[in-house]
Amino acid sequence: MREFTVRAGRRRAIRLPALVWLTVVWMLLWDRPTVGNLLSGLVLAVLLQLAFPLPPVGPQLRLRPLGLAAFALRAAADLLHSAGPLAWQAAGGRGRAKRNSVIAVPLRTRSDLILTVMAISLSATPGTLVLDVRHSDATLFLHVLGAADDAAVAKARRDVQALERRTVRAFGTRDDLRALAEDRS
Amino acid sequence: MRTAFTAAFLLLGAGASLSAGLGLLRLPDLFTRMHAATKSQAVGLLLVLIGVGIRFPTIEVLTSLALVALLQIITVPVAAHLVGRAAFRTGHVDRALLHVDELERALEPPGDG
Amino acid sequence: MTVVLDAVTAMLFLAAACTLVRIVRGPSMLDRAMALDVLLAVIMAGLGASAVAGGDTWVLPTLLALSLVAFVGSVAVARFLTHHVPRPDEPEQGADA
Repeated sequence: MREFTVRAGRRRAIRLPALVWLTVVWMLLWDRPTVGNLLSGLVLAVLLQLAFPLPPVGPQLRLRPLGLAAFALRAAADLLHSAGPLAWQAAGGRGRAKRNSVIAVPLRTRSDLILTVMAISLSATPGTLVLDVRHSDATLFLHVLGAADDAAVAKARRDVQALERRTVRAFGTRDDLRALAEDRS
Repeated sequence: MRTAFTAAFLLLGAGASLSAGLGLLRLPDLFTRMHAATKSQAVGLLLVLIGVGIRFPTIEVLTSLALVALLQIITVPVAAHLVGRAAFRTGHVDRALLHVDELERALEPPGDG
Repeated sequence: MTVVLDAVTAMLFLAAACTLVRIVRGPSMLDRAMALDVLLAVIMAGLGASAVAGGDTWVLPTLLALSLVAFVGSVAVARFLTHHVPRPDEPEQGADA
């Protein structure tokens, strides 16, 4: 991704992905894609990046169409599903409240972007809630609803690692894929 | 036909919102309430937005709705994460409701957050 | 369609009432912050439904503005509480950055 960056001084740089993203949001805000919106969006995106420089995130994201499709389908299904059991529990079918768990799940990949995507999709997954992230060794701390015994805790951990696999197959760089493969062997 | 789809999505969305509200009211502690709130809240709003999009399928409306949906998807987890983090660190955890707690141990040495 | 819209309105009102009860009851500030978030989402859903009911999309910019600022409230509360002194009855809660 380095070749998509135009450097302007030591800290300032214009990154093409960010440029595209900011322009798209700008055009969405203006309701209709016109040439004027496109041009003003591009100018604004360049100015924004020069005015508010961000630390580089590095080449950590790669879109893999097949993995992406699998990831998106599963995420949509999870999102719809996640409203179901809770609705039942809330409506009073609950009886005594089950016990829950707070678990630590170490990830095998160290990419910030993978971590971010995972945290977002975990909050769409039924029964898990991200409580904390330890950045130094990429560990997620999750509150798991209804994990009242060791088997349920182990299952939650496996589910998160399966999500990590799906995420890496959708967005991971070659290094991420390697980290994943090494761990499984 | 389109009307039927709009109606269905609005109803589903309102149902999910209602389950968020009920969950907020009835669940026993802050964390379980957060489960109900964050998920059903986002699902409910997204379903309603889809319903609105079906009713007004013009480019102006659809772009606005897409942006609203995108912002929801990005911001709801962030807010939930920050609330959860604050709740755990300020001692809102009811230990009687927890089976395993692996974060308590991790927080004992000076945290790096 | 009228029946559907009535039902949707009723459900959203009920949802809003539940969140209001939680906001009043608390018990913690975080409960209230979260309930306010949900209330805002319910209001946004209501605005969407009202657009369908009225056959007019003038509320959409409002929806857009709300979605931009919706999460600021609970994030602010959460940040404030994380940096706040722990309650006296909970002396050791780990060092915080």
